[in-house]
Formats: sequence, structure tokens, C-alpha cells
Amino acid sequence: MKKMTGAEIFLECLKREEVKHVFGYPGGVVLDIYDELTRHPEIRHILVRHEQAAAHAADGYARASAKVGVALVTSGPGATNTVTGIASAYMDSIPIVVFTGQVPTALIGNDAFQEVDIVGITRPCTKHNYLVKDINQLAYTIHEAFHIARSGRPGPVLVDLPKDVIQARTVPEFPKEIKIRSYQPTYHANPRQVKRALDLILSAKKPVLYTGGGIIMSGASEELKQFAEFLQIPVTSTLMGLGGFPGDNPLWMGMLGMHGTYCANMSISETDVLIAVGARFDDRITGKLSEFAPHAKIIHIDIDPSSISKNVVVDIPIVGDCKDALHQMNDLLRVKPPKDWAAARAPWLDTVRDWEKKHPLTYAWSDTVIKPQYVVEKLYELTKGEAYITTEVGQNQMWAAQFYRFKRPRQLMTSGGLGVMGYGFPAAMGVQMAKPGATVIDIAGDGSIQMNIQELITVVENDLPVKIAILNNSFLGMVRQWQQLFYEKRYSATPMAAPDFVKLADAYGAVGLRATKPEEVEPVIKQALETPKPVIMDFRVEPEECVMPMVPAGKAMHEMLLA
Amino acid sequence: MEPRHTISVWVDNIPGVLSRVTGLFSGRGFNIESLCVAETMDPAVSRITIVSTGDEQITEQIIKQLHKLINVITVVDLSEQEHVEREMALVTVKAEDKSRAEVLRIADIFRCRVVDVSPHTYTLEITGNHEKIGAVLTLLKNHGILDEVRTGTLAIQRPKKD
Ligand SMILES: Cc1ncc(C[n+]2csc(CCOP(=O)(O)OP(=O)(O)O)c2C)c(N)n1
Ligand SMILES: [Mg+2]
Repeated sequence: MKKMTGAEIFLECLKREEVKHVFGYPGGVVLDIYDELTRHPEIRHILVRHEQAAAHAADGYARASAKVGVALVTSGPGATNTVTGIASAYMDSIPIVVFTGQVPTALIGNDAFQEVDIVGITRPCTKHNYLVKDINQLAYTIHEAFHIARSGRPGPVLVDLPKDVIQARTVPEFPKEIKIRSYQPTYHANPRQVKRALDLILSAKKPVLYTGGGIIMSGASEELKQFAEFLQIPVTSTLMGLGGFPGDNPLWMGMLGMHGTYCANMSISETDVLIAVGARFDDRITGKLSEFAPHAKIIHIDIDPSSISKNVVVDIPIVGDCKDALHQMNDLLRVKPPKDWAAARAPWLDTVRDWEKKHPLTYAWSDTVIKPQYVVEKLYELTKGEAYITTEVGQNQMWAAQFYRFKRPRQLMTSGGLGVMGYGFPAAMGVQMAKPGATVIDIAGDGSIQMNIQELITVVENDLPVKIAILNNSFLGMVRQWQQLFYEKRYSATPMAAPDFVKLADAYGAVGLRATKPEEVEPVIKQALETPKPVIMDFRVEPEECVMPMVPAGKAMHEMLLA
Repeated sequence: MEPRHTISVWVDNIPGVLSRVTGLFSGRGFNIESLCVAETMDPAVSRITIVSTGDEQITEQIIKQLHKLINVITVVDLSEQEHVEREMALVTVKAEDKSRAEVLRIADIFRCRVVDVSPHTYTLEITGNHEKIGAVLTLLKNHGILDEVRTGTLAIQRPKKD
């Protein structure tokens, strides 16, 4: 074999990992990689307009495609600009690999131009990271980086590439297999624990399935549905888990937590056996910890042992892949003597349905002002619930979660753990790259969209017909809501001006549409969906609408504020 | 006081690993009372001994989070098993006239070694568990400690007796 440069090895490695798309931004130390890219037409590079967007786009791409998303940036500011995107992917366990250029090894530590210790900076927000100092380690390190990103509990991995390593030459060895003695995720759930858990579930009178992003990551939706339907157990999920169980299934109770449904939150307060699957008892879910699921024995299935008994001490822990554990339970159920579960479960399901009827997700209709919830309902209706939805952060995110009834896993991409305003639009670019031809909608706020609005030109340039639906309330709405409820309406720094989004879209070469009255909502959405170009829909909505129900911070789940 | 835990961590002996370990403690608000680290007989592996305080749930989290680091090979909570702990201290004590003999007597009782001598001082090497070293230092304080340095705790599991 002949000698190859670091840049050539890098691209060969991407090819071997079957990377088709890279989101990136060039700079001095990665010039050789960008030069080499010209000889690899099979890898498409999407030039973003800010490196944060490259990381979010890789994240959206990864979620929609179930592959590893890839970003490539230069050293120093290029690298630091990706940190928010990496941290968000870390919190949400999304597999991305971020390649950063670095100054030549001889200059590292000298405060060289555009030098930053990005490995040090991202140590606490990556699953793992590397500084490659020797070209002979390059191919192996890249392979290991992809392996770590996608295996076990997935997460972002960063690989820092000094310029001299990119330029050096060697006869590379491309590894086939990865063996890391210190990293062997447990996929197979312990059958004895599974059996213990199932026995407990079978004895339950009021069981609840509480599911999270792990269902989607492990591809366990089918197993979950089988399990829930067989035993007639009602299901709720976290924001990250939406789509893991069909939103139109009769057993579906809606999202739980701070802005969860009355029904889902009450079920947690009443359940006697809580089955947590691929969820991590985040504080936005549990509310006041000491009153979370007070009557329940808790079973927790998770691939990450450190998620178990971190916030809530559980009775039966099961470490393993959600899909494997549910599969085992379904197998066990098949050989049990038959039982009429529908009848056995009727009293509990009746209670659940009563809660649903008593306080359904709802809002006060207006003939004159557009209600933001109505926009989301209409988006759901007019896309037949089939669109890929990304969200920004704030009220827009919660209304998207509440009123778009996600049917399939990987249909919703949202920055759940870190809550990054500015995530949704670049993520939508990533989704559209992964799913050409699909309808991709960013449900946005007027504040959030301004955080990565520069990407409008990226979608125009790359013919990505992403749709942005701005629920424009002229406020940093979610913060305003807290000010309204807990700070006597002192609206400090939350009223906010925005540009004319229709003109802005036009300036970028996209299409801008506006609706100011309820009857304009439907035609605007229809027109947007029919337009084969990027479109901004500016919905002027009720400025002081609140997301309800709401469990105030530190309160127990049954202490919800209702509409 | 929260219980003390002595945790042994085997890690890849490569740059940056110690900072991953200590970063985890600071980032998650775990306590480190002491920390010792050195290469093992296998030069690819280092062994870190960490003494930490915290209740059972915190210790469980510490161990799980350590396991999660890619470069961590094994973690053992030695407090859960029979083990031996040692620390070492080097102390330079004022030793003049009468007190010269007294300092030597203390050194002798606690089996300290005199590793350096000057006309006005002794430098002692003390080994023992955490409490013993504390006790010796308290006694020597009366004579005037000029300088002092301590290692963290080293700990090793006792072989099973059967
Ligand atoms: C990068 C970032 N900065 C600040 C916040 C805090 N924050 C959470 S929601 C919110 C308001 C969002 O406003 P907008 O995008 O208009 O959405 P709305 O709530 O009005 O729907 C803010 C400032 C955040 N989540 N992310
Ligand atoms: Mg707003």
C-alpha cells in the first residue's frame, strides 16, 4: 500500500464509516482536508454559516437517520462555536462525531494563533474525545470515535486534528474491529431481573409505562407497543420519548412532567408499579422528588447504569438495551397462561380516561386572535401527522410536544436536556439532508429563530425546502410566562422586537408568509406545504398565552396549574 | 460526618485521564479527600486511589460515573471489603536541646524513620493509616513543625483467606 496523507486517511475513514454528509466550515488548519474533499464527490459537504449550526445539523441528521452525524470545523473559534451543539447532543444522547482542526503539535500549548484546548473544554460534554498526535493513530482513532458515538448510550465524540498530523504521510492501517477493554456496554438485560420485573408488573393493579428517548435510540417502539397492548398498560413519555409510542393509540396518555397532561401526571401520582424504560427521571419530569410516584414500586430499564438510582431510588433495576429487555418480557408473556387483560385492567383504564375527560389538553378559542396551539393543531392536521418536526425552545417547544401527536419514532427532534434556543432550524437542515423529499417543519419562537437565522441562506443555497413556523408572540414567551405567574407580571427583558420575517425570507431568497387572523392559518400552511422551497411562516399569535398545565418548579406532580 | 470511601480505579495510562477523573468529581459535585496515582507493573495502566466522602447513593453514583469514562478499566470500592490503608508523611520538626530526645522518642514509639538531621531539626518519615499520622502530627506540633507534606491514602485489598 502506498503512503497517504492525514487528509487522505481522514476521508478514507469517513467513506469506510459510510458517511454521506458532512456539515462544516473551513479555516486555516483544515485547508488540507477541504482540499481533499474536492476529490471525494461521494461525500457531500454542507457549508453552514455558523459552526453551532453544523453541530445541531449533525444532531438532527443523526436523529432522523439513526446514523452518526458528522461536523467538521477549524481550530479556535470554529471549535468553540460547536460547544453548545455538542453539549446539547450530550444531554440528549445523540451520536455525532465532531472533527476540529488544531494548530500543529509543535505549537500546542504556546497560545498559538487560533489555538484553544478544545479537548479540555469539551471533556465534560462529550462521551469521549481525542487529540490525535500521531498520524499512525489517525485511522484507528476515527474508527473508535464512530464506534463510541453510536454504541451503548450514544453520545457526541470530538476528534481534534493538528495540522501537521493532517499533512503527514504514512502507510495507514484501517482497523476492522474495535476492542476497548474498558468499554463494553451491556446490551443483554439480565433475564433474572427481567423475570422479577415482569412478576411485579403482573401483580400490579395500576401500572404505568414511563418511557424516554431510550426507546427511540434502541429502536424499541414495536416491542413497547406489543408489551403495552398485551398487558393493557397506559403509556406516558418524556419529551425525548415522543413518537416512541403512537400518539393516536388509546393507551397513550400524553407527555408527563412540568407541562405534561393532567392524566399522565395524575397516573404517576396514583400508580402502584411504575415501569421506566429508557428515561432518566429528570427534574422536569419528577417535580418535587419526595412526592414523585409515592405509591409505586419502580422498575427502571436503562443501558446506562449511572442513570439508575441517580435521582430516584428504584426497586428493580435492569441494565441493558430497552429493546432487548422488552423483547424478553414479550417472550415470557407469550408462554404464560392466557388471561383477559382488558377486563382485568378496566378499572384502572377507566380512571385514566376519566382524568383525560376531566382535563384534556385544551385552550381557549378566539375568533380574532390566532392561538399558538391552533397553529400546531393545524400543522398536525394538514401534514396528516406525518411531518418531521423540529422545535426551538420555549413555549413553542411545549406546544409542539402537546399538540402534534407524534406517531413514529425519530419524528421529533428537540433539544430536550440542554434546551438550546436556536437548535430547531439547523437541526431541520440536518433532517432534510437525511430525508430528502420529506416535509420538515421547525416549530419556532420569534426569539429562538433569531439565534440561528443566518442558516436561511444555507437552506436556500442547498435547496433544502425546510419550513419554519414561527409562533410569533413578540415575547421570550416561556420566560414571560414565569414572570406572569411568579413575578407579578414584571416583564423584564422579555418583550422583544423581531425583524419583518416575510421581508427577511425574501432577502435570503426564501418565501415568507404571514398570518394575523385565525382564518389565515390554514391557507398559509397549505401554501407553505405546496411550496418546494424554504418557507418562513410568520404566525402572529396571542402574545400572552401560557403553556398549561404546569407543575410549578419544586411542586409535586399532582399540584398542577390548569388552564 | 459522611462516611469515607476508599475507591481504587484502574485507568489507561495516557495523557488527560487524570483530568477526566478529577473533572468528573468537580463537575458532579463529588468530594475528593485525597488522591494518589502512579503507574502499575503494566505500564499501560495506572492505578488511582481516591478517598471520597458521601452517603451510599453518592458513592454508588461515583462508581457508576467512573465506570462510564472510556479510559477507566475497573473500579473497586475497597471500603466494601477487607483492605489495608497506608499514608505517608514527611515532617521537619524543631529539635533543640531537651526536645531532641523527646522527638526521637516519639519517632521511635510510632516507628517513624529519621530521614534527615540538622543541628536544629529532624525530618521524619511517618507511615500508617490516616488516624495514626494525625496522631503523630498532633504530638509533634508541640515541638514546632517547620514543614510537612502528606501523600494521599494508598489502599490494597486483603487476599481472601481460604
Ligand atoms: C440559548 C438559550 N438562551 C436562553 C434560554 C432561556 N430561555 C428559555 S425559553 C426562552 C424564551 C424563548 O422565546 P421564543 O423563542 O420567542 O419562544 P416562546 O417561548 O415565545 O415560544 C428563553 C430566553 C435558552 N433556553 N436558550
Ligand atoms: Mg416568542
